[in-house]
Amino acid sequence: MTEATRRKFDPTSLIRRPEFGAFIGTVVVLIFFSIVGGASFTQPGGIASWLNVGAELGIIALPVALVMIAGDLDLSVGSSLAAGGTTMAVVSGFFNLPTWIGVLAGLLMGVLIGLVNGIVLVRTNLPSFVVTLATNFAVFGLVLGFTKLITGTIAVDIHPDPIIKNTLGSLMGGLFETAIVIWVIVAVIVSWILYKSIYGNWIYAIGGDMVSARSTGIPVNKVRIWLYVGTGFASALVGVIQTALYDSAQVNAGQSFVFNSIIAVVVGGVLLTGGYGSTIGVILGTMTFAIVNQGIFYTGWDSDWASLILGILLLIAVLTNNTFRRLAITGGKKKGQKSND
Amino acid sequence: MTNATPLLSLKNVSKVFSGYRALNDVSLDVYPGQVLCLLGDNGAGKSTLIKVLSGFHEPTAGTLEWDGKAVTFKSPRDANERGIATVHQFGGTFPLMTIGRSFFVGVEPTKGWGPFKRFDKKHANETAVKEMQALGITRVTDGERLVGALSGGERQASAIARAVHFGAKVLILDEPTAALGVKEATHVLRIIMQAKHKGIAVILVTHNVTHALTVGDHFAVLIRGEKADDFKKGERTREQITDLMAGGEAMAELEAELDTLTGSINKIH
Repeated sequence: MTEATRRKFDPTSLIRRPEFGAFIGTVVVLIFFSIVGGASFTQPGGIASWLNVGAELGIIALPVALVMIAGDLDLSVGSSLAAGGTTMAVVSGFFNLPTWIGVLAGLLMGVLIGLVNGIVLVRTNLPSFVVTLATNFAVFGLVLGFTKLITGTIAVDIHPDPIIKNTLGSLMGGLFETAIVIWVIVAVIVSWILYKSIYGNWIYAIGGDMVSARSTGIPVNKVRIWLYVGTGFASALVGVIQTALYDSAQVNAGQSFVFNSIIAVVVGGVLLTGGYGSTIGVILGTMTFAIVNQGIFYTGWDSDWASLILGILLLIAVLTNNTFRRLAITGGKKKGQKSND
Repeated sequence: MTNATPLLSLKNVSKVFSGYRALNDVSLDVYPGQVLCLLGDNGAGKSTLIKVLSGFHEPTAGTLEWDGKAVTFKSPRDANERGIATVHQFGGTFPLMTIGRSFFVGVEPTKGWGPFKRFDKKHANETAVKEMQALGITRVTDGERLVGALSGGERQASAIARAVHFGAKVLILDEPTAALGVKEATHVLRIIMQAKHKGIAVILVTHNVTHALTVGDHFAVLIRGEKADDFKKGERTREQITDLMAGGEAMAELEAELDTLTGSINKIH
């Protein structure tokens, strides 16, 4: 049994990794737009344009990936983002309270929405699709209604104090959003949760089979609620970042994040059925999305074509995800035989 | 052996779901080191009984006793902590998790300290592989492989290995052989015997009379939520058991009737 302890490097194991498809996707679109998009796409300005989009999306997509690995969906990130941003603007812009109170209130709003999502979900046992869709509409209505009621407008201006402006909403080197740094921090935290902490195991187990996970003693309901608190917080954080960056909060900001986050996660190799996925994949998926979304402006084509590309990418991703899952399950048996000779 | 106190008993347990009586006045005794076979047709209440035993459902009436003392399982966790482990039909229920990770689901080993406490992957993988090899699954050498890559019998073995490793006192196996081929089923039955000899009380739920008779010490037949019969090894013939499971109707008569319908086909063969 000594040969069991010594494992040779097996190149096929790379192919079986969940992020392999996402990696190919990112490389392909990066090369494509570097050629078609011309020189300006590969210069700092071009890189910043997609990294900025990627960072804002990535901060939301990573916690959304955890929710999806646990087998649920979160369609309420758009309104959580709007709620976070407008709460900050109303508190610190309209009522002129210190900015940090506004930031705190905004983030708290995201946590609250996540709690509502999670608690309604585990209490009613309805599909998360329906629950979070309902929350998205309900919260959107609340934000719109209250913002108009309080401020009489749907775009609230704010003058954030310099410390918060510099840390959350400014451009490094005049090009790169500070959100990129926050994205990296979020990626480290989410990766730690998924791979290093025991909660990662719980998340995979819940997504794999919720009933069995419950029977092993995992506090399934608590984990699911916490995951929604995570997406709510992250969405509100992006709302706060945008408000700090643009000195204004828009009530209808953020709705694009609802589906974009799901696209990024699925293109990143997370299975729609849950139980499988990686943070590296999701980061790559987010980058792929951002490159296509921004790269299109450098090609001189109508930007509408970006949606077509993303649609096709999504479909390819779902199909290849299923294939990779099958490869992973069979353990590449055919290739194993080949290595015998 | 039957004079000893049972490890786990059901006393007149009933379970009613919104007007539907899934279990009616069922009493059972489970002894350590014995295999109790729970027989019954589909819909006889086997699943409900398992769920009562494993803490998913609280009985509507009747009591559970552990070591002679009344207990209530508010959640599967309660049952788990007592040492009741349930293995479902497809064994490793997390096909997309690695063998090491799925082995320790819910009881993850950690290393490190405070906020840096982390999942001990190396230990998890090594332990999982070691325990599976101890049950005769020698093909598995890498804990990083996905559970889905295992065969049905290997998955059952991994799930049983898990239960044994964590010191299960009662092992509930829900149709472990139903989805398996003949050879794999035999292997799983052998593992059941290994578990039994370790002093574990095994509850084997099955509708396969042959498998039940091979490993069972004690048998209970459920029909429409009621315990129709309860007997020890050798007290009933295979025919009697099959008849009973078919709902009290004589299987032989049914077969004879079938013969008259398919007679012409049989003659051709």
